[in-house]
Amino acid sequence: MEFGLSQEQTLLQDSVNRFLNDQVSLDEVRKVAAADKDDKAIWQGLTELGIPALIIPEDKGGVGLGAVEAAIVAELLGYHATPSPFISSAIMAPVALAGKRDDLVANIAAGTCRVGIAFGEAIAAKDKAGVTASNNKLSGLSLFALDIDADYYLVATNDQQLYLVTANAVKRNNMATIDLTRTTCELVFNESEAELISTDTEDFNRALDIGRIMLAADTLGAGQNMIDQAVSYAKEREQFDRPIASFQAVKHMCAEMAAGLEPCRSMVWYAAHAYDNLPEETRLTTCHTKAHISEVGKFVAKTSTEVHGGMGFTDLVGLHYWFKRIGFNRQLLGSPELLRQQAAQLQGLAA
Amino acid sequence: MDLSFGSEYETFRTEVRDFITNNRENAPSSRSNPADAKQWQKTLIENGYTARTIPEAYGGFGAKPDIIRSRIIAEEFADSGIQGGMGGQGISMLVPTLLEVGSEAQKLEFVKPTIEGDMVWCQGYSEPGAGSDLASLRTNAVMDGDDWVINGQKIWTSTAHLADWIFCLVRTEPDAKKHHGISFLLFSMDTPGIEIRPLVDMTGVANFNEVFFTDVRVPAHQIVGNRGQGWQVANAILSHERDMLGNPDAALSRFNSLIDLMQKETIAGEKAINHPVFRDRLMQLQGRIMAMRFNDMRILSSRLNEGQDASLARMIVKLQGTELRHDLEGLAIDVLGELGLAYGDNDYTRNNGTWQSQYMYQLGLIIGGGTSQIQKNIISERGLEMPREPRPAQ
Ligand SMILES: Cc1cc2nc3c(=O)[nH]c(=O)nc-3n(C[C@H](O)[C@H](O)[C@H](O)COP(=O)(O)OP(=O)(O)OC[C@H]3O[C@@H](n4cnc5c(N)ncnc54)[C@H](O)[C@@H]3O)c2cc1C
Repeated sequence: MEFGLSQEQTLLQDSVNRFLNDQVSLDEVRKVAAADKDDKAIWQGLTELGIPALIIPEDKGGVGLGAVEAAIVAELLGYHATPSPFISSAIMAPVALAGKRDDLVANIAAGTCRVGIAFGEAIAAKDKAGVTASNNKLSGLSLFALDIDADYYLVATNDQQLYLVTANAVKRNNMATIDLTRTTCELVFNESEAELISTDTEDFNRALDIGRIMLAADTLGAGQNMIDQAVSYAKEREQFDRPIASFQAVKHMCAEMAAGLEPCRSMVWYAAHAYDNLPEETRLTTCHTKAHISEVGKFVAKTSTEVHGGMGFTDLVGLHYWFKRIGFNRQLLGSPELLRQQAAQLQGLAA
Repeated sequence: MDLSFGSEYETFRTEVRDFITNNRENAPSSRSNPADAKQWQKTLIENGYTARTIPEAYGGFGAKPDIIRSRIIAEEFADSGIQGGMGGQGISMLVPTLLEVGSEAQKLEFVKPTIEGDMVWCQGYSEPGAGSDLASLRTNAVMDGDDWVINGQKIWTSTAHLADWIFCLVRTEPDAKKHHGISFLLFSMDTPGIEIRPLVDMTGVANFNEVFFTDVRVPAHQIVGNRGQGWQVANAILSHERDMLGNPDAALSRFNSLIDLMQKETIAGEKAINHPVFRDRLMQLQGRIMAMRFNDMRILSSRLNEGQDASLARMIVKLQGTELRHDLEGLAIDVLGELGLAYGDNDYTRNNGTWQSQYMYQLGLIIGGGTSQIQKNIISERGLEMPREPRPAQ
């Protein structure tokens, strides 16, 4: 029995972390957030590390690793608040497109193609949104689709069928959110040409499950970063002639954050491991993992900001990028209440 | 990542299950008499399902230490809902300590009767002036001839009124620094000069006590470790105690009872489980339990595999686990509403009134064994390396 990262996994972690430390400084994040830059250079760098190819099978041009490795990367991207289309293009799209559009999958692996994800309406349609299909044409509206720079979108209709559309077959409008480290858009379908990928809702669910695990891992990393920043700030900042880290109120805030987040690491590992190896446990574990980590993440985001005092509230230290990232992850692909409702349904505890 | 224990262990798991199936009817319930409970304990020891790694010479089963087998036994007994090995402070705290630091004579004298349930112990640590700051304890022992002579008072001593013996911290080196002046003594509760006054706790039961010592004479050799080393000896026990508190397996088994309850109980004619707010709270707890179970797996794995660090994962268990249990019991009470208030000898209680008694008891565990606040001090100072509180100038 071994429930921990292998040597290879630790190596992967180190090399991605090194790249992000060098290339994705807070300054870089700020430039992307201010739209002075897009995420393409970062994605190019990650492509050279093999990240878009990570979970794509070797015979399709990929690296052939699994969900645990993907979670390791997602956690690091969250830790560095990295702008990138990782979750949509490198993870959810290849899972859904494997065996259906292997040509595109190979292009994703090579970094020459980005596929966005428009699943929101199949999970819980909001406002006037909703997507329907007829004769391989899509109509309706999808909100908060991931990645404004994608070449294609994988769209789930209201009844969870998967279609692929090219970016120029739809009208695409930027949707501003609190989180400026990742882009989302409104997709307007008007009898738009689309290719049917699957009518099997299990295909939709497999892509959704791994996306949810990745968002949970992203929050784990973002939360860890916020705790690290809070603890190190507290050790430096002095008030009443002593470091605020020696005030018990501050220590206890930090201890509560650590006590909440530490089990989340095991939870992400387990959920990712289950995704590849324990099919009967996957969905329930995934729902709980994303729901639970979203709750802990919310607490960490608030509390670590408080530890910084006024500095936490300003733009100066940039802590808010992580705060917003955690907020974004919480709502995307299912909020905690919705996930817990699904968890109850999966166990026959809700209709 | 490899979560399987392997085929050898799965065979072992089948053996445990078969044992449980075949012996179910002999297992005592909370209402059985003490003789049945002791008989069951003997059967468990003979089969290696408790006191498993304690050497045969001291009355145990004598198996090689194997964390996975111990884990499988714990899982299967928790799952089946039947009574596993006896607990209590003697078995779960004193015995491991004696095995680590006790003399050969002490192991031979005390381990066997303790694990067989014939010798019941209480833990005499806390004093009116020494709770979280345990090392400031003042009960003292002075050497007189071949005896220690003890004077002072303990408080919150659980089961002192039922105990045959006590393991007790006393100050023997009044001139040494506070952590270095303490010794760890064992003595019979029948020794002249001991007075026990019961204290009723919030559950309505007098389970803990004040214990007064007036010129209590204890033979010099009844010390564990050397003079002045009592603090180290006690800390070996505290880590065993903390591992026991906050155990996620116990939370899981209570959670399963809670699901049953919510599927049976109705609120205005509608099943409680169909009430969306209660159901959401139930699912939140399930998520927290899951997180703690996976955290536990990581701790187990770090013991099996060199180089895995799970120290922070371990440090948070008592804090998170006891708070979780308290919340879990509290949800059952909220689900029951006014029925949740029924207590004592009352036809309307559910699960023998355990939701209320556990709700309160778990609060006792949040306080006992190092309060939640002390746990947070430990997590921040040792886990996050934040500075200690400066001491006020003398
Ligand atoms: C059910 C139960 C069973 C027990 N059984 C036993 C037993 O068998 N044997 C035994 O010896 N003892 C036993 N105890 C005692 C237990 O160990 C103590 O109650 C516990 O260590 C706290 O000490 P105290 O009660 O003196 O509280 P105090 O130490 O006075 O604490 C009061 C409050 O102050 C806070 N506080 C104290 N110091 C600090 C600090 N440095 N930083 C932040 N906050 C602080 C505490 O967290 C708490 O909130 C039991 C207690 C309970 C509740």
